Amino acid sequence: MLDQLSWKVGGQQGEGVESTGETFAVALNRQGYYVYSFRHFSSRIKGGHSNDKVRVSLKRFRASTDYTDVLLAFDQETIDLNVGEVRNGGIVIADEKFKPTAPDNVRLFVIPLTKIAEECGSAIMKNMVSLGASACALGLPVDIFTEVIEERFRRKGQKVVDQNMEAIQRGYDYMKELGGADPEFALKPADGTKRLFMMGNDALGLGALAAGVRVMPAYPITPASDVMEYLIKKLPKVGGVVVQTEDEIAAMTMTIGAAYGGARALTCTSGPGLALMMEAIGLSGMTETPTVIIDTQRGGPSTGLPTKQEQSDFLAALFGTHGEIPKIVLTPATPEECFYVVGDAFNLAEQYQCPVIIMTDLQLSLSKQSTDILDHKAVKIDRGLIASEEEATAAQSHGEFNRYALTESGVSARTFPGMKGGIHKVTGVEHAENGRPAEGAPNRQNMMDKRLGKLKDVEIPGSVVRTGDENADVVLVGIGANHGSIAEATGTLRAEGYKVAHVHLHAILPFPTHALQQAIAGAKKVVVVENNATGQIKHLMSFFGVQHPDVVSLLRYNGQPFLPSEIHDEIKGML
Amino acid sequence: MATVKDFRNDVRPNWCPGCGDFSVQASIQRALAALGKEPHEVAVISGIGCSGRISGYVNTYGFHGVHGRSLPTAQGVKLANRNLTVIASGGDGDGFGIGLNHFMHAVRRNMDITYIVMDNQIYGLTKGQHSPTSAHGFTAKTTPSGNIENALVPSQVALAAGIGFLAQGFSSEVNQLVSLIEQAIQYKGFSLVNVFSPCVTYNKINTYDFFRDNVFNLEQLEDYDATDYLTAQRAITEHNGLVTGVIYRNDNKVAYEDQIPGYEETPVAQANLELSEDVFAAALKEYA
Repeated sequence: MLDQLSWKVGGQQGEGVESTGETFAVALNRQGYYVYSFRHFSSRIKGGHSNDKVRVSLKRFRASTDYTDVLLAFDQETIDLNVGEVRNGGIVIADEKFKPTAPDNVRLFVIPLTKIAEECGSAIMKNMVSLGASACALGLPVDIFTEVIEERFRRKGQKVVDQNMEAIQRGYDYMKELGGADPEFALKPADGTKRLFMMGNDALGLGALAAGVRVMPAYPITPASDVMEYLIKKLPKVGGVVVQTEDEIAAMTMTIGAAYGGARALTCTSGPGLALMMEAIGLSGMTETPTVIIDTQRGGPSTGLPTKQEQSDFLAALFGTHGEIPKIVLTPATPEECFYVVGDAFNLAEQYQCPVIIMTDLQLSLSKQSTDILDHKAVKIDRGLIASEEEATAAQSHGEFNRYALTESGVSARTFPGMKGGIHKVTGVEHAENGRPAEGAPNRQNMMDKRLGKLKDVEIPGSVVRTGDENADVVLVGIGANHGSIAEATGTLRAEGYKVAHVHLHAILPFPTHALQQAIAGAKKVVVVENNATGQIKHLMSFFGVQHPDVVSLLRYNGQPFLPSEIHDEIKGML
Repeated sequence: MATVKDFRNDVRPNWCPGCGDFSVQASIQRALAALGKEPHEVAVISGIGCSGRISGYVNTYGFHGVHGRSLPTAQGVKLANRNLTVIASGGDGDGFGIGLNHFMHAVRRNMDITYIVMDNQIYGLTKGQHSPTSAHGFTAKTTPSGNIENALVPSQVALAAGIGFLAQGFSSEVNQLVSLIEQAIQYKGFSLVNVFSPCVTYNKINTYDFFRDNVFNLEQLEDYDATDYLTAQRAITEHNGLVTGVIYRNDNKVAYEDQIPGYEETPVAQANLELSEDVFAAALKEYA
C-alpha cells in the first residue's frame, strides 16, 4: 500500500483535462488526503497538449513529484510526452479510440472510454469513465466521487448526475475486469480531516474580501486574472466594485484615486502590467497614498512565457520606479499565506502610507492544493492615522489641512475628500506640509527624509523563517512557491543524515538584512534557490549588506518549477 | 452657504499673464458656488501641464497626478465616494495626447464626473511643442516646417465615443462658460466641457482674436436641438469643431455607478469593512 502517489491526466487543451483533474483532486481532498496539483498548459484556448498532475499523500507536500504512478491519457501525444516519468510498473490508462501504444516497462490498460461514455449518454463523460478506472487502479471506492458529482451536476438534473455516476462505475468495473486493481498501488486510507482545496489566486481573492477591499481596478493578464474574476463575483455582496480598466496604467491610477478617496483599493497584475504601472506606483509613494498591488510573476521579459513559472520581477518591483519612494514588498509562499498577506499588506500600506506589492509566482498562483481552514477573524483591519474633523481643522496652515505634516515617524494623518476641515492638496510634485508644490532645497530634503524615513528601521515581522538543523552546513534560501520543493528536499537530506536548513523569505522590502544575516550565520555554504536566470535574490542579499563568504545560486528559468528531487540532488552534489 | 470666495485660496497661479486658464478657474469657482456646493464636497483631479496646476488653485480637495491620467484617478475617487462632486481637469496634450485612451473609456464608462479641458492647441509647460489639437500646417518647436499631422477634434471624438453631455466654451465668454460648467456638473453621467483657452506665450496662431473671429456660438440658433445627435454632429462638422455652447446632451443614459451590481448608496469610503460570517462561510464552502 502507498503513503502517497502521483496521478496525471493529459490530453488536448479544451478536452476536459482540467475538470477531470479537479474532480479527482477535490474528491481525494475531501477524504482528508493532502493534495497538490500542478497544471501544464499553453497560452492558447483549444488544442495543444495540457496536463494536470495530482499528488496525493498522507503527509503535507507543496510540490509535485518527478514521477507518475498513474497516467491517464486522452491521446497518444500524452503518452509520448509523459510516459518517460511513469515509474517502472506504473499504470497507463488510455482510450481505446486512438489505439494507444506504450513502452514495455509500464502497464498499459486500454479502455473504451469514449464508447462507454456514449453508452452512458454522451461522449463528454469519458472523463468520468477514466476517473472510475483510476479509482479501481488505486483501490479507492467509487463513492468518493458521489458528492462531488452531485454538486457539480445538480443544476442539470438527477438524470445527468446518475449518468455520470454510471460512467464512473462502468469505468471502475471495466478496469477491474482487466485486472487493474493492484494492491501495490492501493492508497492507505486518510483520516478525513477537513481542508480546503484552492490555489494561491483563490486565497488572494478571499484574502482581499477579508481585508475590506471595496474597489479593484484591474486589467486581465495571466496568471493574475483569477483574482479579478473572483472579486467580480464577491465584491457586489459587500457593496464593492471591480472595474476592468482599459490598461494597467488606468488600473493603477484608479487604485490611487480610490485609495485617496478613502477606500481600500487593490489592483492585480503580472510582469508586463507591473512595468506599465511603475510611474503611478511612484505617484502612490510620493503622495503617500496607500495602495496594494499584487504581482503574480510569470516568465519574462516582455511577454516571455505567459503560462510558465518564473520569479524574475523582484528587481523591477524594488527598483522599477524612477526616483526614490518608500515601498513594501511581501512574498507569500503558500495559499494560507496568500490569504493572510492581503490583510497585512493593507494594514502596512495604511500604517506607512505607501504602496505595498504582494509578489507571488505562477506556481503559487495557479497550483491547487490542500489548504488549512482559513479564519477571517484573524484578519485585523488597521487603517492607520486618520484625522477627525476636529483634528483636521486644528491642524491647518494657510486654511488647508497639513496632510504632510513633518512628524517624528514620518507618518502624517490623512483625511478623505468629503470631510469638512480636511481640505488639502495632493501632488506628485514635491510639496510642502499642506501639500502645495514647494521645490525649495530645505523642504525637499525634509520631505525626502520624511517619506524614506517611514520605513528606515522597519523589518516586517516574519520576513525570514528558518527551519531545519540548528548547526547546518548548508542553508537553502528560497522565496515564493519554491517553499514546497525546498522544504521537501531539506527534509530528505536531513533524513539522509545531512545537516541542512531552509530559510524562506516572506518579505523583501524593507529587506530583512538583520534577520537573514542571523539565519545564515554559521553555515558553511548558502544556496539561494530561485526561478530566474540572474540570481536576483542573491544580488539583493549582497546589495542590502547580507554577508557570507560562500553564497551560490541554484537557478531554474526554463519555465518549469523546481522539483524537490532536483534540489535534493543538486545540494547533495555540493556537500 | 459657500460663496465664490470660499472656493478661492491664497495660491497665486503660475500661469502667464493673460492665460486663458484664469477664466476657466474663475468659472469653476463661480459654477460651484452657484450650484450650492461646499468646498469639502468637491474634488478636483488634474494631470500634468499648465492646466494641471488648476487642482491647486481651487479651494476644494485637489489631486495633481501624473501626465494624462487624471480621468482614471478621478474615476477611482468617484468609486470610493459617490457623494463627491468630482471634476477632472487638464489640457489638450494631457487629455487628448497621452490620455486619449482614458478619455474614450471614461466616456464609455459614463461615471458622473465632469471633465474640463483647457484646449490651447499647444504644449505650454514644455515650452511650445505642437499638440494633438494643433491644426495641420501649424508651426511650433516640433513642427518647424508646419504640422504634417491632422488635428484631433475633441468634440467629434467625444460624440463618436458616445458621450452623454458635450459642451464647448471660450475663455473670453466667462458667463457662458460658468453656465456650461454648471450644466455639466448637474448632468448625471460623464460630461465634457472643452474650453478654447489661448496660450498667449507660445501659440501665436490660436489667439483670443482667432477664436473671436472663428468660433460659432450655438446659442445664437433659436432652434438648435442639443438632444439630437445628428444635429450635433452636423454643427461640429460645419464649423470644423469651432462651436461653443451645449453641443449635445442625452438624458437617457444611466451613470456607471447607478448600474454597479450591489453598489450601495453609502459611499464605499464610509463602509464597515468587517466581513460578515455568512459571506465568509459561503465563500469557504466553494473550496471544501
